[in-house]
Amino acid sequence: MEAGKFYVLRGENGAGKSTLLRMIAGLNEPTEGGIFIFGKPNKDARHSMGYMAHAPLLYDELDGMENLRFFARLYGIATDAPLQDAMRRVGLDPGLARRVGQYSQGMRQRLSLARAIFHEPRLLLLDEPFSNVDPESALQIAKLLAGMRSEGNTILLVTHQIGLLANLADEYLMLSHGQLVDRGPMAGGNA
Amino acid sequence: MTQPTQMSITRLTWINVAKDLRLEWRSRDVFNSMMFFALVVVVVFSFAFERDDSRPVMGGLIWIAFLFSTTMALNQSWARELRNGVLDAYRVSPAPAEALFLGKVLGNFILIVLLECLMAPLFVVFYNLNSVGPLWQLVVIALLGTWALVVNGTFFAAMSIRTRNRELMLPLLLLPISVPAVITMVTATTQVLTGEGAPDVQMKFLAGFCVIFTTACFLLFETVLNAE
Repeated sequence: MEAGKFYVLRGENGAGKSTLLRMIAGLNEPTEGGIFIFGKPNKDARHSMGYMAHAPLLYDELDGMENLRFFARLYGIATDAPLQDAMRRVGLDPGLARRVGQYSQGMRQRLSLARAIFHEPRLLLLDEPFSNVDPESALQIAKLLAGMRSEGNTILLVTHQIGLLANLADEYLMLSHGQLVDRGPMAGGNA
Repeated sequence: MTQPTQMSITRLTWINVAKDLRLEWRSRDVFNSMMFFALVVVVVFSFAFERDDSRPVMGGLIWIAFLFSTTMALNQSWARELRNGVLDAYRVSPAPAEALFLGKVLGNFILIVLLECLMAPLFVVFYNLNSVGPLWQLVVIALLGTWALVVNGTFFAAMSIRTRNRELMLPLLLLPISVPAVITMVTATTQVLTGEGAPDVQMKFLAGFCVIFTTACFLLFETVLNAE
């Protein structure tokens, strides 16, 4: 994969898309070989990586900012400004004092994306970011991702909603039974 | 890119402790279940023993209440990390796994010590209990014993979180390895309560147990956390 490109990972259910993202993120070990990100083993490149999973990866008992604040401290970010910025970018109000357990599915999804981007990662791994999100919000997220790509960040995204990304992504990668079986430019994409 | 600052393991540990205590304060699911279990033990056994004859068995009774309450707390504290897959968010972050472990140990330790402080007056009331030996020794035994249970329990609870029957797995893993510590805690507590013998050797044993298992669990935790 080339740095600075926007890739869409496709394939039938069980093809290994989420597993591949988890391996790149360092959550699963590959059975052989290694994963290098910007020249470093993936486990040494955690500062440069943002990961959004199928599950929201958020604490229900904390509100949005409290969740982001906790995770930000793990990345060594001690101020709230980048967190508020990330929340605004995904269309959430940083002042919303509501626990995540009371969020709608779409709001959780957006907060989960904010959690993945607050530290401005150079590589963004996204697993179904448009699921449970209304069409307008999905478009907003797609535009946000396009903006991140134009800033030179690399994005690898799993989705079944290809239509949203037809004009935004550079390339698709097709997986089947854990193997890369096809790749090519997205129709009407940037490539 | 947002410029990160280097956070020490101590700072990250306290960030984890603060988060765990905040979650518990808001849900109270761990503390309420621990308190309920401990109360049931105190009340039920108070019918079984005469108030003035119970002193020789109190060491065992006190630690049964705290041992099983601890097991409940430990299961819950990790179950919380599995909900919504939050543990994965920690694992992809650059924060060291050891800070998570120490944070969990300290968070659980604080909760269980708080439980012990609340339950102590009830043991006095229900069993007419007062210490014949020096009280400070009881405090030291309680702190060392609780740490021994919590440090092993947090480690084994982490080991069992991905198993299907984790509530069952934890006691099966924790209790056998904690037997030497539990026996020592019970005998030492009984010695202080009855005033028969000095628990110096037991306290040294507990301190050694805590040091050895804290070190071993600390060093092995990252492997356990990332085990598939």
